[in-house]
Amino acid sequence: MRAPTVAPATDLAPRIYSREIGDFDVPKGREEEWRFAPIRKLSSFFEPENWGSVGISGEHDATVEYVEISDPRLSQSWMPTDRPSAIARAQATHAVLVTIAKESVHSSPIVVNLKNAGENNYLHVEVHAGPFSKSQVVLIHDTTGNVSGSMLSILGDQAELTMLSVIDADTAVMQHVHWFTEVGRDANFLGLSITLGGGVIRTVPTLTYRAPGGKGQILGAFLLTGDQFQEHRMLVDHTQPHCVSNVIYKGALSGEGAHSVWIGDVLVRREAVGIETYELNRNLLLTDGPRADSVPNLELETGDVLSAGHASATGRFDDEQLFYLQSRGIPESVARQLVVRGFFVDVLSKIDDPDLSGSLMRRIESKLGIIDHE
Amino acid sequence: MSRLTITDLHASVITEDGDTPILRGVSLVVESGTTNAIMGPNGSGKSTLAYVIAGHPKYTVTSGSIDLDGQDVLAMSVDERARAGLFLAMQYPVEIPGVSVSNFLRTSITALKGEAPKLRTWTKDMKEAMADLQMDPGFATRNVNEGFSGGEKKRHEILQLGLMQPKIAVLDETDSGLDVDALKIVSEGVNRFKESSDAGLLLITHYTRILRYIKPDVVHVFVDGRIVATGGPELADVLESDGYETYTAAARA
Repeated sequence: MRAPTVAPATDLAPRIYSREIGDFDVPKGREEEWRFAPIRKLSSFFEPENWGSVGISGEHDATVEYVEISDPRLSQSWMPTDRPSAIARAQATHAVLVTIAKESVHSSPIVVNLKNAGENNYLHVEVHAGPFSKSQVVLIHDTTGNVSGSMLSILGDQAELTMLSVIDADTAVMQHVHWFTEVGRDANFLGLSITLGGGVIRTVPTLTYRAPGGKGQILGAFLLTGDQFQEHRMLVDHTQPHCVSNVIYKGALSGEGAHSVWIGDVLVRREAVGIETYELNRNLLLTDGPRADSVPNLELETGDVLSAGHASATGRFDDEQLFYLQSRGIPESVARQLVVRGFFVDVLSKIDDPDLSGSLMRRIESKLGIIDHE
Repeated sequence: MSRLTITDLHASVITEDGDTPILRGVSLVVESGTTNAIMGPNGSGKSTLAYVIAGHPKYTVTSGSIDLDGQDVLAMSVDERARAGLFLAMQYPVEIPGVSVSNFLRTSITALKGEAPKLRTWTKDMKEAMADLQMDPGFATRNVNEGFSGGEKKRHEILQLGLMQPKIAVLDETDSGLDVDALKIVSEGVNRFKESSDAGLLLITHYTRILRYIKPDVVHVFVDGRIVATGGPELADVLESDGYETYTAAARA
């Protein structure tokens, strides 16, 4: 048995990198990384089960394949970082592999509709963007069924990849999804994480760099209505010099029992000189009752950076904004729509496809009761 | 011809410790084509009067009435009041992140007129109105009041006044925080609006300075939640030299 790799001791929660399930203890809820999560609800995610593997449905591009988990093209170096992801990697029988050929340019988005096998599912998705390629990949997660697993986006040198992941699950559904991104030399990654529903959704994005000069952005928009839990716990690991990271998460919460957690860990290692990093989380509480936890952590092991900053704020829906808009003749429902659209615009405007960004915006408005139907 | 009639208006501000009365019996008429100044010291309640006319939820009207051409203004929602022809240029306009000035103005005009303005004439109208107020064309793409200087906020308010063409406009301390150059630009904007329309104006101010640029027909002195004196433009000159002291002393007595 291989000894697990443990990340260097820092103020951030230590991370174990391993494919051995036994290297990870069953979470008890007191651990830093699990302290917000509903551990008991997630208990079936902590023991190996015989769940099916998430596949693909409908028509899809030739770059999209459903492969055996033993396919040698799948990443051999990537390691899970917690017990659910180690279990999912070990138990999944198949994976969805998107291969963007070297130097290829895709002008229209590659849309992948993920299809669950049953009530409980393991997920393994890899997107390999070849060197100098340019592409957009849209992953639409299934709306029913529990899911545990990982998505990997691996960018070759100077590749440009925009990857959009949409989770809009039924309220009974639990999903635990890691999203690991490795940015190659001078490559440019834009990840868009849109989470509009689900009973318990926990996403764990990791952004790291294989070589200098890479740029990574992760923009998240999330929405909770009623008795829902979402945790977005991210790590930006600056391992290389002269790279850029930018993280923006915007959350809107409405209703009693809605609870969101955003953890933004940024680690700038000693060798990562000349980097720029910024992270921001803003939460909009639309009613009384919801709770939003927001914890930015910036840890610098070198002072030799171009810029490093973070910001976090949670605020009530502003009655003064509504009053101002209404005093200009704008009906209350339209005023609410303007404010919510304005809140999410810096994330949703990054979606190139106006039909898709429009339909996501209408979905948000419909869930918030701003518009009657989509 | 429009007439805003305020009769024996009493209103309180809603706070956590209960309601505090601010307006204590305001009676006032604003007619089309007239400019009415309300002058008063800090804390006299004159801005509260502006907010109560517009329908701000922070205040409750405890008695009295506001009537616009036979319609009960107090029974209307905030947006209904605007569509009935009332406008409030605010002293502290709020930021609306992510909403551009052009989108905001177009949404407002659409709501006020009941239909979206024709794109070509609308763009032209907006550009001209902005040029009149010496506003940079790039202003239209900025988010509403976000990062605006004090002068830019006030110009944006007067820009709306011109585009929305209300019947009765309340200008709440539009002069505060402006230097002389900005005050002139804003005042010229108000005067252009007066000439181009038959609207009635209610100009709320602490200082007489703005009244050198916007000539009032009637001046009211507002102290302790009500109007204590009314006169012609000469009353402003008296206040300029003597201050509010005689009125505030009388109110305390």
